[in-house]
Amino acid sequence: MRTYEDWVIEAETKGLKISEVIIRNQMEELEQSEQALLARMGKNLNVMRKSVETGLSGERRSLSGLVGGDAAKVEGRRSGGESLVGNQMSGAIARALAVAEVNACMGKIVAAPTAGSCGVLPAVLLTIEEERRVSEQEVLRALFTAAGLGIIIAERANVSGAEGGCQAEIGSAAAMAAAAAVELAGGSPRQTADAAAIAMKSMLGLVCDPVGGLVEVPCVKRNATGAVIALSAAEMALSGVRSAIPVDEVIDTMGKIGNQLPCALKETAQGGLAVSPTGRRIQADFL
Amino acid sequence: MGGKSNVFDLLGPIMVGPSSSHTAGAVRLGGMARKILGEEPVQGKIFLHGSFATTGKGHGTNLALVAGLLGMETDDECIPEALMIAEERGLNVRFETADLGDVHPNTVKFDLLGEHGSHVQVIGSSVGGGTIVIQQINDFQVEIRGDYPTLVILHRDLPGVVAQVTLLLSTVQINIARMLVSREKKGAEALMVLETDQTIDNAVLDLLRKLPRIYQALAIEPL
Repeated sequence: MRTYEDWVIEAETKGLKISEVIIRNQMEELEQSEQALLARMGKNLNVMRKSVETGLSGERRSLSGLVGGDAAKVEGRRSGGESLVGNQMSGAIARALAVAEVNACMGKIVAAPTAGSCGVLPAVLLTIEEERRVSEQEVLRALFTAAGLGIIIAERANVSGAEGGCQAEIGSAAAMAAAAAVELAGGSPRQTADAAAIAMKSMLGLVCDPVGGLVEVPCVKRNATGAVIALSAAEMALSGVRSAIPVDEVIDTMGKIGNQLPCALKETAQGGLAVSPTGRRIQADFL
Repeated sequence: MGGKSNVFDLLGPIMVGPSSSHTAGAVRLGGMARKILGEEPVQGKIFLHGSFATTGKGHGTNLALVAGLLGMETDDECIPEALMIAEERGLNVRFETADLGDVHPNTVKFDLLGEHGSHVQVIGSSVGGGTIVIQQINDFQVEIRGDYPTLVILHRDLPGVVAQVTLLLSTVQINIARMLVSREKKGAEALMVLETDQTIDNAVLDLLRKLPRIYQALAIEPL
């Protein structure tokens, strides 16, 4: 089975960025040129941008009526200069909510890695793009770093709430975003691995307990908190903080915890918040 | 997920939300049923099983299934208006809840009537991340995932029928990746499902249809 560590070592020995190693690997596996891969990833990036824009406008509501308008609230406070946590973090929170709201409202998104966790990666990357004025090319390449880590997660564990709980969806998205953020901020391949490990460790054990089985409560807000975890993990790794447990072992641990979680806590809406008194009432009212 | 993945499995598909299994997968199931019918559907009875029945409403599963029947892709922003569009285009749909037995929780059965009178029943499941499996066509058990060009052939169960199909495919340089044959009973109607490495064009389909004891042949493009 492949490891992320192998890619880190390859990048270090050849003096490459981790995204370059992953792009080279995918050129071989998909039998496509670098330009073709970048162009295809560009389509994803365009949809990500559009979904942020749409979500921030705050005009939509979900089918159940539970979701919509919260991204606009956070964005309003931020643009009013009142943010408690600063421009960058509140920007990431607003964007993550925006994309996740668009998803809940049947708008167009990129599954990253899933529809339920689609807000984390665009929030983190597009916020860094704005704050640090990196080029679109760099953002595109950072998406390969994120997806590369995702490949390892999918192969060694899984990225499905029904199989591994929320740690497999938002947890994976946060780890992917943390690795990509490190590369975008000029960090080393080793630091991308540390950031991913730290982010995923922070999400281990998180259950998938959607109220009414819908991708709304608590999924939308977990996209925002997942984005913040990704940024804090990236901040630590960029400062030279190491993860005591290597990323591949953290991924394996996530997979094992997922297997140990009872079915009631894996997207069946039979446990967790879904069966709280209010969760039950929401379900009864809507369904 | 299992097996080998690539970067676009992890970032993608581009889709209309909210759920890869209950929305994107549902669009694909509808699309497959449409392809298997082989013409514009005018009437559809849609039986929702398990999680499709219980949480489908909040995921727009009904809209997504109809969008697929209308030929929309998973990223079509008209999916939320699918029921209205169906009405405009003369597709009459009806939903029912059903127990389809020991199947995946996200399973649907289509009973479709086409504009030229074709009739088909299709059962399929959305198994996660937008991936689908067609389990049954009419009374035949199948396993179609839409990851290869797929040939579905209805024929008489007699010696040599399979051989003439594979011979024809070999002469036009089409390689078979997987093949499944099932039948109602000995000597009666049978169904062949062949997944191939190459695309099956209309010329090949016409040749297949002219073979003796072949009742029907259709080609399904990969998703």
